[in-house]
Amino acid sequence: MKCKTIITELADYLDEALDPILRASIEEHLGKCKDCRIVVDTCKQTIEIFCNSEPAPLPQTTRLRLHEALAKRLRRVRA
Amino acid sequence: MSSSKLDPVARRPLPSQVVKDDESALVAAAKAGDISAFETLVGRYERKIFRLTQNITQNREDAEDAMQEAFLKAYEHLQSFEGNSRFYTWLVRIAVNQALMKLRKRRPNVVSLDEEVNTGEDMVPREVEDWGPSPADRYAQTELSEILTKVIGDLDPPFRIVFQLRDIEELSTEETAEALGLSVPAVKSRLLRARLKLRQTLNQYFRRGENK
Ligand SMILES: [Zn+2]
Repeated sequence: MKCKTIITELADYLDEALDPILRASIEEHLGKCKDCRIVVDTCKQTIEIFCNSEPAPLPQTTRLRLHEALAKRLRRVRA
Repeated sequence: MSSSKLDPVARRPLPSQVVKDDESALVAAAKAGDISAFETLVGRYERKIFRLTQNITQNREDAEDAMQEAFLKAYEHLQSFEGNSRFYTWLVRIAVNQALMKLRKRRPNVVSLDEEVNTGEDMVPREVEDWGPSPADRYAQTELSEILTKVIGDLDPPFRIVFQLRDIEELSTEETAEALGLSVPAVKSRLLRARLKLRQTLNQYFRRGENK
């Protein structure tokens, strides 16, 4: 297996969507190739950093505008 | 010697991702015309929807408009929400449509989501560096969220939108494909590119020895 194959299968590997045979041969390569191991690991960390980050609170003006628009339109729709 | 086997991606349930018990009751009440129930749902998801529309449009004004329109559309079409998906996933799809419309209006030539994606040799990273454990903990919350906003904004639209839906909003590959009108293989190739590119960009912030 070549490093390039690790990269092309990387997304499915991280999403655990690979068949066990391919998965096993990827893991075998990762056991021997430090570069690929780091790429897989830092790629995994990249996803975790994004999916584990809380969104910032809405800026005050944005929030006000949203709730004004809702109040105006919703009451009209239901009126 | 470190093991070659990795644990699966650890998706921690965030406070904002925990579906509260009262959600289906709120949706039912909103369907029956209870405006304050709907406003409670808005308050619950407004931060996430705004981050979503901001990351797609990359424009504050468009992001605000897209968010407003998404919530209004959701309210108008609430009767068609059948409850077999999560309310949030349904809302995300509406917001994505609104945000894409804004983006296409502003940059009509740039946004073709289904362009061919090259998955060639050039994707193999060179000179890889290790990050060490918990790299994100080296930054304060606000600083980290600025970094993340910036690096995702540097991706081309097809990549950042697929990444946003699949890895941040945690839609499935199939849901992402359906929301964007792309094939499953097209979503996968964009997701791979996006993840590799983000990894590369984040490297400058997270590599070992980068002592913040
Ligand atoms: Zn390798």
